[in-house]
Amino acid sequence: MDLDYSQRIIDCIDPHSKVLDLGCGDGALLHAMAQQKQVTCYGIEIDFENILACVGRGISVFQGDINEGLHEFSNHSYDYVILSHTLQQIHKPLFVISEMLRVGKKAIVSFPNFGYWSIRLQLLLRGKTPKSKSLPYEWYDTPNIRVLTIQDFKAMCKREGIYARNLGNESNWLSEKGVFLLEKFRR
Amino acid sequence: MNVDIGTLLLESGQKLEAITLAYETWGHLNAKKSNAVLVCHALTGDAHVTGDTPSYQGWWETFVGPGKALDTDRYFVICSNVLGGCKGSTGPGSINPATEEPYGLTFPVITIADMVNAQKKLIATLEIEKLCMVIGGSMGGMQALEWAISYPDQVERCVPIASTSHLSSQALAFDAVGRHAIVNDPAWKEGHYYGANSPEKGLAIARMIGHITYLSDESMDIKFGRRLQKKQEYGYDFTTDFQVESYLKYQGDKFVNRFDANSYLYITKAISYYDLEKKYGSLEAALAHVQAKFLVISISSDWLYPPRQSKEMVKTLMKLNKEVTYCNLESPYGHDAFLIENPQMASLVTQFLEHS
Repeated sequence: MDLDYSQRIIDCIDPHSKVLDLGCGDGALLHAMAQQKQVTCYGIEIDFENILACVGRGISVFQGDINEGLHEFSNHSYDYVILSHTLQQIHKPLFVISEMLRVGKKAIVSFPNFGYWSIRLQLLLRGKTPKSKSLPYEWYDTPNIRVLTIQDFKAMCKREGIYARNLGNESNWLSEKGVFLLEKFRR
Repeated sequence: MNVDIGTLLLESGQKLEAITLAYETWGHLNAKKSNAVLVCHALTGDAHVTGDTPSYQGWWETFVGPGKALDTDRYFVICSNVLGGCKGSTGPGSINPATEEPYGLTFPVITIADMVNAQKKLIATLEIEKLCMVIGGSMGGMQALEWAISYPDQVERCVPIASTSHLSSQALAFDAVGRHAIVNDPAWKEGHYYGANSPEKGLAIARMIGHITYLSDESMDIKFGRRLQKKQEYGYDFTTDFQVESYLKYQGDKFVNRFDANSYLYITKAISYYDLEKKYGSLEAALAHVQAKFLVISISSDWLYPPRQSKEMVKTLMKLNKEVTYCNLESPYGHDAFLIENPQMASLVTQFLEHS
């Protein structure tokens, strides 16, 4: 868990809210959030070992595949739906984000920023697929199926009518990760 | 061991008197009485979960015992034969004290809630106020749910495995066919066969049908395929050709030696009647007051109690802000997978008991 970015997510959560974390991993983020903000929280996770780790932390977790959507959850049944460091592994990101904003009143998305200066330099100078702390994998052995930048993400939100508040560093150059709080514009 | 629990007012409105429950326990109740775990058995199970005495093997040896997932060195484990059963608890084969004859069909129709209310009396006689966990697979899972709903302040953890809040139409149908096989066996005689030949043929057929539903397409293909039984070529007659045929026949014949046909009728009826939505108006209303932490486990290849039914319960518990974890165990073995050694199920339950 990247403590700095996780803390930014936790900081923007209202105490005692109801939170759903998609691809919650070993439950570390939810565990920290439950301790700091007394939230009612659930994770969704596909990997058994991660589920076991969540149970070991006392975190409630639902085994499921977020690529299949959230049809099991009703509209606005959560205050926040979180997708932390998982967007780059999703088959249909627009579908999942729209599902997050259907089920959650607000959504929080974080992702490794491909526009980070060191990534740009690696590609420019070395001509090889860049790696970073957030993107440590070889191109042929990675769970990440897409790369995106903070600029890309902002443009997508604008096009989709989603209000996106940047919780991280404003600069596409200087941010290793993008972290956004999303709300759907309502007419 | 046996305990007399007296009279019970049944869900049907009838009264059943002089009820005995057969039960077994393992391990020791601690001084705070905080380590009691109730295990609930499925349709054809009994109180003998694990251990060498009596001499036959327990039905959950793989899961319960010293050092196992449900560690009897640490937890005080209790299991009783259900009301309506034929393994020591009062059922249709028991002697009705009023007539001094076996009840037969004069035994009242019982429900899952009746089974649980009887268990509640057993737990009271053991002077246990809170169960640290109630766990069971299939019909055992229904009882676990019923416990959490009926006695919310007495259940700390609830673990229904391969279970449901109501049977699907398909599952109802298989149970109905099983009962049909029994009641159409001439030996059944409206349930009054005690002391004479029992309806073994009907009961064996019911078991054969049941057994198919406990397996999966994949597991049957792996286990039997189209292999022939002790022959190289088809017999071109109506004797046993296929291994799967021989296996089912063996299972059916073995079963009639250990189970009473009327108990099979009564217990499958109780399973068929179980319907939390009907009883409470909605699943949400049924689960609204539960206090237990839930671990709901389904089996990926279980088509009798399919994962979607477990998910439905979990979704409802999440809506109600209850603590609940859901895991759909990947297994090719169908409904019966919960009875087979499964390291994932074992580690989940161990972690859940330790950390929730």
